[in-house]
Amino acid sequence: MCSDSGVTELRTSETKLEFPYTRTVGPIVGAFLTGLRDGKLLGTRNRDGRVLFPAVEYDPETGEALTETVEVGPEGTVDGWTWVAHPTPKHPLDRPFAFALIRPDGADTAMVHAVDAGDEATMSTGMRVAPRFRQEAKGIVTDLEAWEPVR
Amino acid sequence: MPATDIAVIGFAQTPSVRDDARSEVQLLVPTVAEAIEMSGVDRREIGFTCAGSCDYLTGGPFAFVQNLEAAGAWPPIAESHVEADGAWALYEAWVRLQEGDIDTALVFGSGKSSPANPLELWPQQLDPYYLAPLGVDPASLAGIQARALLESGKATERDFAEVVARSRRAARSNPNAQLKGDVDADALLAEPYFSSPLRRHDLPPITDGAAAVVLARGDKARQLCSRPAWIRGLDHRVDPHQPGMRDLTTAPSATLAARKAGYDGGPVDVAELCAVFSPQEIILREAIGLPEATEINPSGGPLAGNPVMAAGLIRIIEAAARIIDGSANRAVAHATGGQLLQQNLVCLLEGE
Repeated sequence: MCSDSGVTELRTSETKLEFPYTRTVGPIVGAFLTGLRDGKLLGTRNRDGRVLFPAVEYDPETGEALTETVEVGPEGTVDGWTWVAHPTPKHPLDRPFAFALIRPDGADTAMVHAVDAGDEATMSTGMRVAPRFRQEAKGIVTDLEAWEPVR
Repeated sequence: MPATDIAVIGFAQTPSVRDDARSEVQLLVPTVAEAIEMSGVDRREIGFTCAGSCDYLTGGPFAFVQNLEAAGAWPPIAESHVEADGAWALYEAWVRLQEGDIDTALVFGSGKSSPANPLELWPQQLDPYYLAPLGVDPASLAGIQARALLESGKATERDFAEVVARSRRAARSNPNAQLKGDVDADALLAEPYFSSPLRRHDLPPITDGAAAVVLARGDKARQLCSRPAWIRGLDHRVDPHQPGMRDLTTAPSATLAARKAGYDGGPVDVAELCAVFSPQEIILREAIGLPEATEINPSGGPLAGNPVMAAGLIRIIEAAARIIDGSANRAVAHATGGQLLQQNLVCLLEGE
């Protein structure tokens, strides 16, 4: 495969993938992230009265600018899930967990986040979960460390 | 009305392999040369060049600029790049050709997935506030989508396995395929889960590869090719980014792209779908509205070889190849971008 292109030895370079920018997150995403820091979950209400969660600046269906934030949860329902048996270093937990669509009470849509369920057999669509917030909050999405099953 | 006299007249692709020692530009140089040779176009006459690739794969900003070596950018040429699959580069070239002042265009797409772990790389493409920091990876998202499809009653795990088995069987006649063979669904269903309810074979292979296409307009296409693959329609659309804000068992943007491309669910001989996870073929088939009789992914599709940023362009190549060789007269090709079929492109191709 390589002989015709003249490759005799492999030359390699290492690169680091990152998002090395500082950004202003704005009034809606900013409110959501500040909310997490304070242990609150925020959605945004659209013209039809539906509450989109997590809070978004624009209604993805209509393009309507959204300005009204609404506190939802804290408990929620799992709308869908998968089991991560072998977490990568980029994942929020270093032990097996579920990635799930979680719709907090009072919200009409769900966010993807981790459920620290311990065992895949614990997971089911429709199960109830509650958020576990980090002690030292930074105003980022991982301030919400994970969701936990509610007995 | 967009022009309908633009055609695919030349193409080439590398074999799909797990780890090719060559760089992206080294993959592209012979591939672009082969596509131009097949077309019969004089390289110096090409009116416009457009490339599709992803800098995250190479790991550096503006990495795509090196790939221009394959087009030969001296004397200066008119060219562009999309940070997307080469199918979107083909879209840009198709739009450019409609201005009517040039007759030919060169398009290519390339990607090497071997240098990084795709599960750690692709979260970078997601929204940087809510999704990327969680490392939400493509296999996990596809697992969520697959379960939604199961729980909606639209498909079973056996349906997923049948898609994989059919793809690998079809790939036996594709010299460029990476995964091929006679496997049966029962054996696949006995495998353990990877991102449940998906098993490893429901995921695409990790692939390095590249592809190139030459387009020509009207009489130029007829002069150079005895049976050009005419692009009768081409469109791309997008759905909401947040996976929890849409129904994951459907792909409305694929439906809309197909309709805007002029495909209304009528007879079509072949469809090449960029379904990178097995359940997505079931979703796309319904979204595009393909008839039962249509042959899906005779090449084996992305489950048999998935050179990202070329995989969608290869769907157009595989569809066009069957028009040009006369084995099909009407074909649909599909490409996708983003996560979970968020963005979809549909190309309707016909013979004379």
